[in-house]
Amino acid sequence: MEELNLFVKSIFVDNMIFAYFLGMCSYLAVSKNVKTAFGLGVAVTFMLVVTLPLNYLLDTYILQPGALSWLGDDFKEVDLSFLGLIMFIAVIASATQLVEMAVEKFSPSLYNSLGIFLPLIAVNCAILGGALFMQQKDLGSAFTACVYGAGSGIGWLLAIVGLAAIREKLAYSEVPKPLRGIGITFIITGLMGIAFMSFLGIKL
Amino acid sequence: MLSKKNKEIIFNPFSKENPVLVQVLGICSTLAVTVSLEPAIVMSVSVIAVLAFSNVIISLIRNTIPPTIRIIVQLVVVAALVIMVQQFLLAYNYDVSKQLSVFIGLIITNCILMGRLEAFAMHNKPWPSFLDGIGNGLGYAMVLVIVGFFRELLGSGSLLGHKVIPQWLYDAGYTDNGLMILPPMALIVVACVIWVQRSRDKELQEK
Repeated sequence: MEELNLFVKSIFVDNMIFAYFLGMCSYLAVSKNVKTAFGLGVAVTFMLVVTLPLNYLLDTYILQPGALSWLGDDFKEVDLSFLGLIMFIAVIASATQLVEMAVEKFSPSLYNSLGIFLPLIAVNCAILGGALFMQQKDLGSAFTACVYGAGSGIGWLLAIVGLAAIREKLAYSEVPKPLRGIGITFIITGLMGIAFMSFLGIKL
Repeated sequence: MLSKKNKEIIFNPFSKENPVLVQVLGICSTLAVTVSLEPAIVMSVSVIAVLAFSNVIISLIRNTIPPTIRIIVQLVVVAALVIMVQQFLLAYNYDVSKQLSVFIGLIITNCILMGRLEAFAMHNKPWPSFLDGIGNGLGYAMVLVIVGFFRELLGSGSLLGHKVIPQWLYDAGYTDNGLMILPPMALIVVACVIWVQRSRDKELQEK
């Protein structure tokens, strides 16, 4: 039940885009049509689901103060938490490479549809942001981290597909010249964010 | 020391090549840390520092990095610098570093950094790379400060934590606009800045 609550909350209330602005760069750059937007959204969701449990295990068993106590009493005092950032980004970058290779081998059709988006994801802040928020939230287990990843990813997917759909229609409207392109996209994202705020306070 | 070319490297990011407004890089942090002015300034200084020094380091070792693993090398250099900034803030400015929460860590994935490293530092000598880092950092800082200024002024009636809107204005019926503090308004304020800039500089308008 708690997992379900976390899942729904991370999709609607703590939406990566509208509440924390994570992954904005690719969100703005790759939202020109629905198909590619969907591809990127799926790739981000996938990477969040894969890397969050990995980072959770890394954080719990290696990085946190006292996490190394399974090595013996000598290591009880060790605190490696300052290495968090560099370890997370290393996990994310290498997981991206591994997943890219695996997907290419086992499912060429998925690989072709995700195309260039997979390698780009290493520097998508939604993934690293997910890892850092997970650290703050004190999730209970690797499975909870997985659920949180899935929720955040799907929230991100919803946001980018919605924006892409609006931008496709926008091509036919008369926007003031200085606002064309990026300006109006910002305003639309802002308005979508205000709409998403109506989900605040949902609890299951 | 500052030839004509170097001057362009420093000053172009303010207008024609502004990293936030024109190249649309580093949006995440621009939007997230600008609720008030102080975190915006601290964030700007951190980004300028990381950007300038990572540019210099990558530029120094640019000829020895194998092209296939350059992204990982860049990430490691940036991550090491960000950790230094993070520890420095924890030690000397604890409150602000709490306010910035995960966004200091997210400097690593700030697209401005990867963008400048790839586009500039990989092909240029250390000194121009340093200037490029400072210039782009200042261009980023400029947007952050403008947005932070308006959001704090209109949203909570203060600047850097001091009340600036006089009491008689409140007595006359003025109220702070609570919407300005909420995340979506950050996007709309940035859109207004883009609007102003592009109406002044017609070259930047998109078709």
